[in-house]
Amino acid sequence: MTEYTEMLNRERNAEWRVALRNSVPNKERIAIERVKMTEVEPHERIKSQTCEVNCGLTAEQAQREASRCMDCVTPTCVEGCPVSINIPKFVKQIEVGKFLDAAATLKEFSALPAVCGRVCPQEKQCEIKCFYSQKMKKEPVAIGYLERFAADYERLSGKIQIPKVEARNGIKVAAIGSGPSALSFAGDMIKFGYEVTVFEALHEIGGVLKYGIPEFRLPNSVVDVELENLKEMGVNFEKNFVVGRTASFDDLKELGYQAFFVGSGAGLPNFMNIPGENLNGVMSSNEYLTRVNLMYANQSDSDTPVMLGKRVAVIGGGNTAMDAVRTSKRLGAERSIIIYRRSLDEMPARLEEIKHAQEEGIEFMNLANPVEYLADAGGRVAKVRLQRMELGEPDASGRRRPVAIEGDIVEIEVDLVIVAIGVSPNPLIPACLAGLKMSRYGTIEVNEETMQSSIPEIFAGGDIVRGGATVILAMGDGRRAAASMHRYLQEKHKK
Amino acid sequence: MNKIVEKFKLSENVCKFVVEAPMIAKSRKPGNFVILRVGEKGERIPLTIVDSDIAKGTITLIVQNVGASSRKLCQLEAGESLTDMVGPLGKATHIYKAGTILALGGGVGVAPLFPIVKAFKEAGNRVITVLAARSKDLVILENEMREWSDEVIVMTDDGSSGRKGLVTEGAEEVIKREKVDECVAIGPAIMMKFCALLTKKYNVPTQVSLNTIMVDGTGMCGACRVTVNGETKFTCIDGPEFNAHQIDFDELLQRMRAYKNEEDQARNNK
Ligand SMILES: Cc1cc2nc3c(=O)[nH]c(=O)nc-3n(C[C@H](O)[C@H](O)[C@H](O)COP(=O)(O)OP(=O)(O)OC[C@H]3O[C@@H](n4cnc5c(N)ncnc54)[C@H](O)[C@@H]3O)c2cc1C
Ligand SMILES: Cc1cc2nc3c(=O)[nH]c(=O)nc-3n(C[C@H](O)[C@H](O)[C@H](O)COP(=O)(O)OP(=O)(O)OC[C@H]3O[C@@H](n4cnc5c(N)ncnc54)[C@H](O)[C@@H]3O)c2cc1C
Ligand code: SF4
Ligand code: FES
Repeated sequence: MTEYTEMLNRERNAEWRVALRNSVPNKERIAIERVKMTEVEPHERIKSQTCEVNCGLTAEQAQREASRCMDCVTPTCVEGCPVSINIPKFVKQIEVGKFLDAAATLKEFSALPAVCGRVCPQEKQCEIKCFYSQKMKKEPVAIGYLERFAADYERLSGKIQIPKVEARNGIKVAAIGSGPSALSFAGDMIKFGYEVTVFEALHEIGGVLKYGIPEFRLPNSVVDVELENLKEMGVNFEKNFVVGRTASFDDLKELGYQAFFVGSGAGLPNFMNIPGENLNGVMSSNEYLTRVNLMYANQSDSDTPVMLGKRVAVIGGGNTAMDAVRTSKRLGAERSIIIYRRSLDEMPARLEEIKHAQEEGIEFMNLANPVEYLADAGGRVAKVRLQRMELGEPDASGRRRPVAIEGDIVEIEVDLVIVAIGVSPNPLIPACLAGLKMSRYGTIEVNEETMQSSIPEIFAGGDIVRGGATVILAMGDGRRAAASMHRYLQEKHKK
Repeated sequence: MNKIVEKFKLSENVCKFVVEAPMIAKSRKPGNFVILRVGEKGERIPLTIVDSDIAKGTITLIVQNVGASSRKLCQLEAGESLTDMVGPLGKATHIYKAGTILALGGGVGVAPLFPIVKAFKEAGNRVITVLAARSKDLVILENEMREWSDEVIVMTDDGSSGRKGLVTEGAEEVIKREKVDECVAIGPAIMMKFCALLTKKYNVPTQVSLNTIMVDGTGMCGACRVTVNGETKFTCIDGPEFNAHQIDFDELLQRMRAYKNEEDQARNNK
């Protein structure tokens, strides 16, 4: 038995857990229906970019949902969680009404539970591994909703526990970027006693959590509370600072920084390199979402413009594509269409986002791939030519490969096209660090356990290491990097 | 917040600012730019770093009032502050000893041209500068350019200063007269297009600095895409300087009009 499963077992045998298990027979637990998240009605929510779709659970709903969990001997859900949250423990704490304790349990494993509860693809992680999904072909315990509930409860109670931090040890370390990987790195390093500065190129802290994911899915206020906590713990934030440009690594070393965590993300948007892609009215999802989420271009008092479309096509099937297409609906499009080269089943977006998009009247054109954009007389995009596809043999990812149906080309009228076909690692940092080992995809190569790069004092994690991945993986990387940088620096200072 | 230390009016619509930015002053190189905002809901405006003073920790920016955001900036006075500023961004100009440099500046493009002229001169080149503007009042940095150029030719549309004619006329005269090893042209896109056509005819290698529309300036959005030699490039990280003979200027001109309606509206509203 590993140390971790031993811990799970020990916790499971705690008196209150045993008593709770015995108090309700499993038959009764199984009979309860999975909770339905209360949502703002589609016709209401599409009027606002900031109105969060999911309303969250009430305490009663949460406790009832938590009571569905059978507190299994082998909690398989935990295996599905990239950061191995002790899921049964926090769920049972909710069942008995100890919501603040549940939040504390979450925080032992995750730096950003209120965020992860909202944006994790639970249907592919913890919930798919739940006993209900695996063995009973029933709907899993709503682990994501419960995680969000506990984290929100703590935040709204005003009783957020600011973690204790060690006395300052005078050693300066830097985080580059301010996305989930860098924020969780900073949170741990400040607890260990380091002097931590987070450098962010943009004028806002938060990375994709701020400039990418829209507020109808992740309100800024949720992220801001986390940032306030980090500030209170002593983390220093430097905005408008591009490491490698404003100052080099050598400059920062001269200023006393002894080790660096690179969490600079995968910010570079990919394009398809097809004719007409540089026409006006064709843009990346990053540009579209940044204009709206970071620059507030949809608000009348903002100086930044954003192109509006009546017929908007969004190319791609991931979370970014869903965010862009749903944003276009909120900005007044008559038709908002997802164009994706595979079928609905292969879409990488979170299930919930696809469902919400469908409810909001987003059209899905699956098995179609753009081959050319055509302009109107004024040079703005007016039509997209689409190649129809069908599914062939499975490819390396196990998904069936889309193949073109020869000659099957259709044209549709559009006046705005948003390209959301993925991102590449941000090349700014690698470009200014000779000797940093990179993969052929432009990601930084690290030791998977220590997150240390080929340059000993440089650690990295999140999308700059993984390519476009997820918030929870980025967060886990940041924490692992902090732990190993801590060991590295302690070792160095012993000498 | 970056404090404005000094402000001068260079012409009716062009202002010069000296702004506190010690880090940027130290790390910037000719050809780099900054992005700044005026106001919490302000647009991110890219501007070339015209000069810097490391000892004082300041950089110099020159901005032409062309629309809502640049007007907001021009309304600021010494003692007031920019909301924020980031840089230096973009690749630096490749400065080397080429021989004879022909520097062509049109309108406010003379401002970004200045640090390049200065750097080429310092690198030991012979520098001939052609400054062009609509009329006498709009000619900027003439004295500064004279200080760092072996020869300055001023061209105005109406002949009110220097000679009457376009920047390309002044340039062609120089190219016909002597061997030019490299040309740098900065100004409105349409001017750069015609400069590129001219120097192509005479086979003079030419760099231009593009002022595409930008948002972040760090390679994140692709608003600044331009086609160079048939390939899409991002002006903010691959440029802003490119080989003039490889640029698809017609696409560039088209893309710069992308937000024309919105811009016109903003100008009239505020
Ligand atoms: C629209 C959108 C929706 C998404 N939805 C989901 C979702 O629902 N669920 C999910 O799990 N994941 C989602 N993702 C993916 C997830 O957001 C990312 O995997 C995650 O944010 C990566 O975190 P990171 O720490 O690597 O950095 P990022 O969040 O990418 O942030 C990197 C930051 O570093 C800054 N930076 C870069 N270079 C420098 C430099 N040289 N100096 C200073 N700063 C620098 C950048 O400006 C940026 O702010 C989504 C992504 C997008 C774009
Ligand atoms: C690398 C670079 C360096 C530049 N250096 C200088 C400089 O030294 N001095 C100077 O006066 N100007 C410079 N510019 C141009 C300057 O950024 C724009 O004139 C300014 O942003 C216009 O904003 P506005 O709201 O006042 O005008 P608008 O009414 O918005 O637009 C007027 C014109 O400016 C262009 N423009 C609009 N938004 C942008 C934007 N975000 N980025 C670039 N162009 C835009 C439009 O295509 C239009 O032609 C530079 C641009 C770039 C990209
Ligand atoms: S962090 Fe994500 S995967 Fe882990 S329990 Fe929470 S929702 Fe599930
Ligand atoms: S300005 Fe956004 S990528 Fe160049």
